[in-house]
Amino acid sequence: MAVELFKEKYRSQVREVVLGATKEEGGTRSHTLKVGGESALPFLHFEGKIPNRPLVAMEIWDIVPEEWPAGLKSFFEDVYNDPGAWAKKCVEEYGADLIAVRFKSADPDIKDASAEECIATLKKVLEAVGVPLIIYGCGKAEKDNTIIGPLAEAAEGENLLLGVAEQDNFKSVASAAMAYKHCLIAQSPIDINIAKQLNILIAEMSTPLLDRIVIDPTVASLGYGIEYSYSIMERARFGALQGDRMLAMPTIANVGHEVWSKKESFISEEEQPGWGCQEERSIGWEAATAGALLQAGMDILVMRNPKAVGLVKKLIDDMMQDNS
Amino acid sequence: MGLTGLEIFKHLPKTNCKKCGFPTCLAFAMALANGKTSLDNCPDVSDVAKEALSSAAAPPIRLVKVGSGDNVLEMGDETEIFRHDKRFNHPTVVAIAVNDNEDIDAKIDAINGLAFDRVGQHYEVDMVALVNASGDAATFKAAAEKAAAKTQKNFTLVTADVAAMEGALQVLAGRKPVIYAADKDNYEKMTELAKANGCPLAVKGENLDDLAELVDKIVALGYRELVLDPGSRDTSKVLADMTQIRRLAVRKKFRSFGYPTMVFTSKDDPQEEMLQAITYIAKYTGLVVLNTTKKELLLPLLSWRANVYTDPQKPVAVEPGVYEIGEVNENSPVYCTTNFSLTYFLVEGEVDATRIPSYIISVDTGGISVLTAYADNKFTAEKIAAAIKDLGMEEKVKHKQIVIPGAVAVLKGKLEDESGWEVIVGPRESAGIQKFAKERFA
Repeated sequence: MAVELFKEKYRSQVREVVLGATKEEGGTRSHTLKVGGESALPFLHFEGKIPNRPLVAMEIWDIVPEEWPAGLKSFFEDVYNDPGAWAKKCVEEYGADLIAVRFKSADPDIKDASAEECIATLKKVLEAVGVPLIIYGCGKAEKDNTIIGPLAEAAEGENLLLGVAEQDNFKSVASAAMAYKHCLIAQSPIDINIAKQLNILIAEMSTPLLDRIVIDPTVASLGYGIEYSYSIMERARFGALQGDRMLAMPTIANVGHEVWSKKESFISEEEQPGWGCQEERSIGWEAATAGALLQAGMDILVMRNPKAVGLVKKLIDDMMQDNS
Repeated sequence: MGLTGLEIFKHLPKTNCKKCGFPTCLAFAMALANGKTSLDNCPDVSDVAKEALSSAAAPPIRLVKVGSGDNVLEMGDETEIFRHDKRFNHPTVVAIAVNDNEDIDAKIDAINGLAFDRVGQHYEVDMVALVNASGDAATFKAAAEKAAAKTQKNFTLVTADVAAMEGALQVLAGRKPVIYAADKDNYEKMTELAKANGCPLAVKGENLDDLAELVDKIVALGYRELVLDPGSRDTSKVLADMTQIRRLAVRKKFRSFGYPTMVFTSKDDPQEEMLQAITYIAKYTGLVVLNTTKKELLLPLLSWRANVYTDPQKPVAVEPGVYEIGEVNENSPVYCTTNFSLTYFLVEGEVDATRIPSYIISVDTGGISVLTAYADNKFTAEKIAAAIKDLGMEEKVKHKQIVIPGAVAVLKGKLEDESGWEVIVGPRESAGIQKFAKERFA
């Protein structure tokens, strides 16, 4: 007896965004990466196209990440003082598809580094690796508004992914993306309506930017409200496939940033014997958070632990197998 | 296949007697077609009509029970594709495989130890899947005896050999294990065993077509307590099969797939195996069997299960009151936040990470978050002041200082007037607590 399969018929698909630019395209990247473009729910190859595999970016800082737990730091101890070497290690040894540079030094409470200092770091990273880059400011909007523009200008044509535009602070990032030919992250606080509204605001500034937006829906860690993010993403992706063009963007999640502040990642086995080995647990917590988000349609995962990165890349290999 | 409201209407008495609670027979028929009511609510429906309507009246996925006495696990009875539409009802049963030719005592001890307490919740592994890896019936039975004596958990018995199954059931039938599995060669005898012992029967197909055919044959033998294994083991294929089974059952009322599902992980590496199970829990699997007994991997897995199966329409609250983080004393800092569990546990995690013993007051805001509660007048200076007083904070600490969330800094003046305490405005986000505490209290 042949079972008649249930295939959804969608009216639309997720936009495809290109990251990075090669020499011919006005940049210096060794290759570009495409992200998004799905015309089916996550990994349902039997009912549509999943043309691009989800990407794993590894996060590097421009200062020594004192707050990272020892087990995580040990992977990078030899490269902390050199963002270029750190990026290179992530790409060459750990297989990062992309590098996400976080300009922590710009934080007024840390080093209050100037735009020029940040630009010098960015140039080092651009020279050290050929993969496309994501850049994040220090997380304090006022300061970030003074560095993202100059960084974008200094890397004109590289087609970076610039972070982050928010509903009440999107103009400087959006103008930088527009003026210097980059993509941008539009971040909304676990709220599908704000995600959509922000894309509309950006489109009002420049319609072509719609093909350069990557949505950060804001994710929570496993065990700390991930189900809210998961359901918001499922709704957004279903909406995109049903024809909502203002939600039809690929997505990005700061997985490492969320999970490494959680007790389950860093507390030692001595302190919490019932929870098993801390090292394996922290890898599992980060990989499981990423694995869960993949099922909701996440396209770029920004991660920290190289072992978790390896596991998630393997999972993505498996999920990209045709299942029709 | 599901019936439309009009098709159902034809079979009803058309008396509009209202005894079913609906104004007309047609309204009742429409509700029935949408699965919103049960045919039992019509007192006058004929037996002939009942038979004809049984498919429309039954839930799309059957509720199947494993276990006996106080230790019953429910599977199935799901009605949704997306959890944002309505909650998923019965959390995926997590089982760990034990081979009958390995050190059974050691592995069962490890499984019994897979219990966790975090964020005020208790998680544990539900089941032992006893596998007839030896291929020998006597070994399987002896293993069943050993395992049964070692644990109160539920069982799945895994063997295609009917005689081996019969032997193990002599030991375990009373605990109503899952019989795994009926296949195309043994289904008649396995169905007999399941019937005779009142146990749920797993049906293993080679693929979806084969599975549907086998289910129909078993249903024709008069047994419906089934759990479906589509036989796929590659992660991507399992995702596709689980999605099809759920969609066909719920959206098409395809009866052959109207049962809970199960799958075995296939990866040797425990971390990879855990990630397969993360995927299966997200996407519709009723029972998943793993091999690993590593606590550090079951903790994320069971946490994910708890997350997926929470009710998306209901805020999760913690008990309002005062919580002690670490070995508190009269000098310990006092923080306050709402009793929305996400907010509370984020704050708790961060306060804990400061390594400074502290009190956290969880104010009763009806389980909603700081800003929402503030906007809704549920997180007010009066409420916080009352909590300080009612919880006897003045006896617990001698400093009379309280930290409030940065997002409600505006409450400072009023709270100081109401409580007589000094109010310290904390960071806007819980992520800032460690830095804040280091500067303020270290």
